[in-house]
Amino acid sequence: MDFELMINSFPKLLNAAVITLKLLSVSLIVGLFIGLLFAILRLNKNVFINKFAYGYSYIFRGTPLLVQIFIIYFGLGQIEYLRSTFLWVILKEPYWCAIIAFALNTGAYTSEILRSAFQTIKPGIIEAGQSLGISSKIIFYKIQIPIAIRQSLPAYGNEIILMMKGTSLASTVTLMDLTGVAKYIISTTFKPIEVFIVAGGIYLFMTFIIHNVIKFLEKKYSFN
Amino acid sequence: MELLAFGDTGWGDELFRATLMTIAVSITSMLIGFSFAGIFTPLKLSKFKSLNLVANIYTTVIRGVPELLVIYLFFFGGSGAIMFVASMFGYNEYIEINAFITGSFAIGIISGAYSTEVFRGAIQSIDKGQFEAAKVLGLSKFAQFYKITLPQMLRLAIPNLSNVWQITLKDTSLISVTGLVEIMRQSYIAAGSTRDPLFFYSFAAVLYLLLTFLSMKLINKLEVKYSRGY
Repeated sequence: MDFELMINSFPKLLNAAVITLKLLSVSLIVGLFIGLLFAILRLNKNVFINKFAYGYSYIFRGTPLLVQIFIIYFGLGQIEYLRSTFLWVILKEPYWCAIIAFALNTGAYTSEILRSAFQTIKPGIIEAGQSLGISSKIIFYKIQIPIAIRQSLPAYGNEIILMMKGTSLASTVTLMDLTGVAKYIISTTFKPIEVFIVAGGIYLFMTFIIHNVIKFLEKKYSFN
Repeated sequence: MELLAFGDTGWGDELFRATLMTIAVSITSMLIGFSFAGIFTPLKLSKFKSLNLVANIYTTVIRGVPELLVIYLFFFGGSGAIMFVASMFGYNEYIEINAFITGSFAIGIISGAYSTEVFRGAIQSIDKGQFEAAKVLGLSKFAQFYKITLPQMLRLAIPNLSNVWQITLKDTSLISVTGLVEIMRQSYIAAGSTRDPLFFYSFAAVLYLLLTFLSMKLINKLEVKYSRGY
């Protein structure tokens, strides 16, 4: 065991963890909106809209995240037309490509989580709202969405942790996130176990925090 | 379309072989995962706190750390560890283990952590009365496991194992960083030499979709088979 290396690499890895957290938080926020939008589309009665939303979640859940990043980062740059639009400012940056891929990916999973949450809301609750003369818009925003969010907290907590692990793929498109820096240190020092312990420890610590925050929220918003 | 031609002119046969490689790695990883689950599930269900702790550390660490980091650990640390063991037996030459074995082990350990949780859940949801009945009938521990626990566990575990399979199948794409020529690596090579990444990565996505789709069909059949009588 090379403890000196472990101590020396700790601040570097901690700095890299900040990038991991940035990637994670931006992707989650964007992904949540995408997820909500597609969950609502899934519940639409129009077959085409419904099928479109299902197709989106099927494709993004059925292919590896690595393929998605590569298509966006290496693939989209190939389209001449895109290069001439303002989108190119975003798509030439690996940082934004990674975030687009992560957000679309987590959006697909989130839409499934929210859809099943919407579907498990008891019809009686909505009927109660209707009989009180509340408009369907307000029923949706004030009754269905809050209940669905509460219902989906445990599953969404898992999704956050999966996404945190997913951000490690940013290192494949040259970003120096926690895994990227860990790989760099491993490949220059050839001490994989030491670096794994430190980097893995940081990841586990973040998992631990996320897990407990979700648990706290679950308790806070429990029905009883 | 000529990009996908078989033979020297296109990438069809290469991609076909790469797809077979992905399937082979996925199945190997899944089986390695089952062996890990075979060790750690009993530990999780054991009466002894210390054994529980060992199993909990395994599943918590593996499920809380990115797959890519585990792969790097095995990729850079694998041959070192083997050489260390070999040196204890007096063998000091350089040993290189191939990417297939390193990759399958890395993904296998990850898949094993998920399988352990699935099996634990499945065994715990078997009605306790069944075990008592087995005891009353005087079945041996061995017979109890093979005739009562295992068949019921499989039925309960299959839906969740199909999730583990999906995760494992998708995780194998990460082995491409170690140079094993599976779908992702082959697409990378083809994209590099034809300068057409959009086409090849999209095609890779289609291949993965096909694999997940076909395996779901197969697993659904298994599910029906093991749910006979319910």
